[in-house]
Amino acid sequence: MPDLGLNIIFKGKNFARLLGGLGVALRISLIAVAISIPLGLILGILMTRKNPILKAILRLYLDFIRIMPQMVLLFLVFFGTTRSFGWNLSGENAAIIVFSLWGTAEMGDLVRGALIAIPRHQYESAQSLGLSPAQTQIYIIIPQTVRRLLPLSINLITRMIKTTSLVLMIGVVEVIKVAQQIIEANRMKTPNGAFGVYLFVFILYFLACWPISMAARYLEKKWR
Amino acid sequence: MGKEDIEDIKEEGQQDGGQAMLSVEHLVKRFGTETILDDISFRVNPGEVLVIVGPSGCGKSTLLRCINALEDVQGGKILLNGLPVAEGGRKSPSVGTKIGMVFQSYDLFPHLNVIDNITLAPCKVLKKKRFLVEAEARELLKRVGLEGKEKSYPRELSGGQKQRVAIVRAMCMHPEILLLDEITAALDPEMVREVLEVVLDLARQGMTMLIVTHEMSFARAIATKVMMISDGHVVEEGTPEEFFTAPKTARARQFLNTFTYESVR
Ligand SMILES: Nc1ncnc2c1ncn2[C@@H]1O[C@H](COP(=O)(O)OP(=O)(O)O)[C@@H](O)[C@H]1O
Ligand SMILES: [Mg+2]
Repeated sequence: MPDLGLNIIFKGKNFARLLGGLGVALRISLIAVAISIPLGLILGILMTRKNPILKAILRLYLDFIRIMPQMVLLFLVFFGTTRSFGWNLSGENAAIIVFSLWGTAEMGDLVRGALIAIPRHQYESAQSLGLSPAQTQIYIIIPQTVRRLLPLSINLITRMIKTTSLVLMIGVVEVIKVAQQIIEANRMKTPNGAFGVYLFVFILYFLACWPISMAARYLEKKWR
Repeated sequence: MGKEDIEDIKEEGQQDGGQAMLSVEHLVKRFGTETILDDISFRVNPGEVLVIVGPSGCGKSTLLRCINALEDVQGGKILLNGLPVAEGGRKSPSVGTKIGMVFQSYDLFPHLNVIDNITLAPCKVLKKKRFLVEAEARELLKRVGLEGKEKSYPRELSGGQKQRVAIVRAMCMHPEILLLDEITAALDPEMVREVLEVVLDLARQGMTMLIVTHEMSFARAIATKVMMISDGHVVEEGTPEEFFTAPKTARARQFLNTFTYESVR
């Protein structure tokens, strides 16, 4: 059997370092998600407003953020602001800003989609039954919006966790960066280490994202 | 709604010196520059069933929506028991829940099961005790042949079952008048009857109704009065016998002809 270099994962503090790297990735994602959800809700509600100027501005923001590769955004915020404004952003904070900007745009679009997907008749039936506008929101519109939204926003979390692998480009020591360091350090003794280490990284990502995807699928089934 | 309630309402109507329950006077409705309803007037007395017919797009739905204060109007008056139905773009508080409506598209709330769909408004709007409303809802569900479906979700029901639930939901608010807008138009033919039987049952109990339908034999069976609208005007109004056997206008004759076929053999 070829040497896959799996042994180096358990050498010294390597295992703990890899987990720590995953922790950094998860921390960035979760903070960004926590910021994106409320901002995205506001953005999404504003996007369903009829005001054409507001609509155009929000649309521009959304398209700009989504078209731009996340890596470019990261460089822009991390290197750009340091040079131009003299800000001293840590890589992790820059990453949180970029992922929050991105998450807000994505979430806003999901919220907008969920809101416009509710047929006019839902509002009219509620009104015909005598429900006030506030009661209509509380008992009819918000529960339906949340049901549509929750599976989609959970998927957004997994997408975010996966995309955090980019932050190693701005010097954040997350799981892939740790993996590279370990492979580098063991180059002499275990030249095949790359396979084992990246396989392990793959499993770590899988274990972090799979339960989240399962939860999304469960909710989708339950509420559809 | 029990029989006693209906008797009460009938008496009220008579005490008001024969005032109609619903009166529509010179109603004008425009969408932009297009006039959809032009000077429509009619009255509905307690216990009456007015069936409104007319070609597709003539404004039947719009008329019901105006009566239910879902549309603003550009002229004329709509009064329920002598009071305007709309106030500041919404249903006026005095009218409140006295008008019930069932739409063509199945409009149950998809996230609530059958019993919650029915009990939501009586509990939240009329502030009734849930167990009382629920008991009534179960009774009515049984009556429309939906016993045992209390915990089902709308997606688990057929179109006919959904419309029966929608009728029960409207009835649990004890409206004085019920508006039905082509409630069987989206149903498979074999489900039409089960829904129309429920409506016939309501009529037998004396429910006041305004019904838009393309089911002509149903219209003839249930109507106390038939009104035909075309091009924004009332073209003919009369008893079902008059309207279906001896229509006075050419427009009505032509319309009724579209429902019959000449033999080709
Ligand atoms: N919200 C709206 N905006 C503009 N036009 C409308 C609207 N609703 C209905 N209409 C028009 O009003 C006319 C009557 O529609 P409707 O009342 O639905 O007819 P019916 O129910 O008799 O088939 C149609 O020509 C329709 O296109
Ligand atoms: Mg219609």
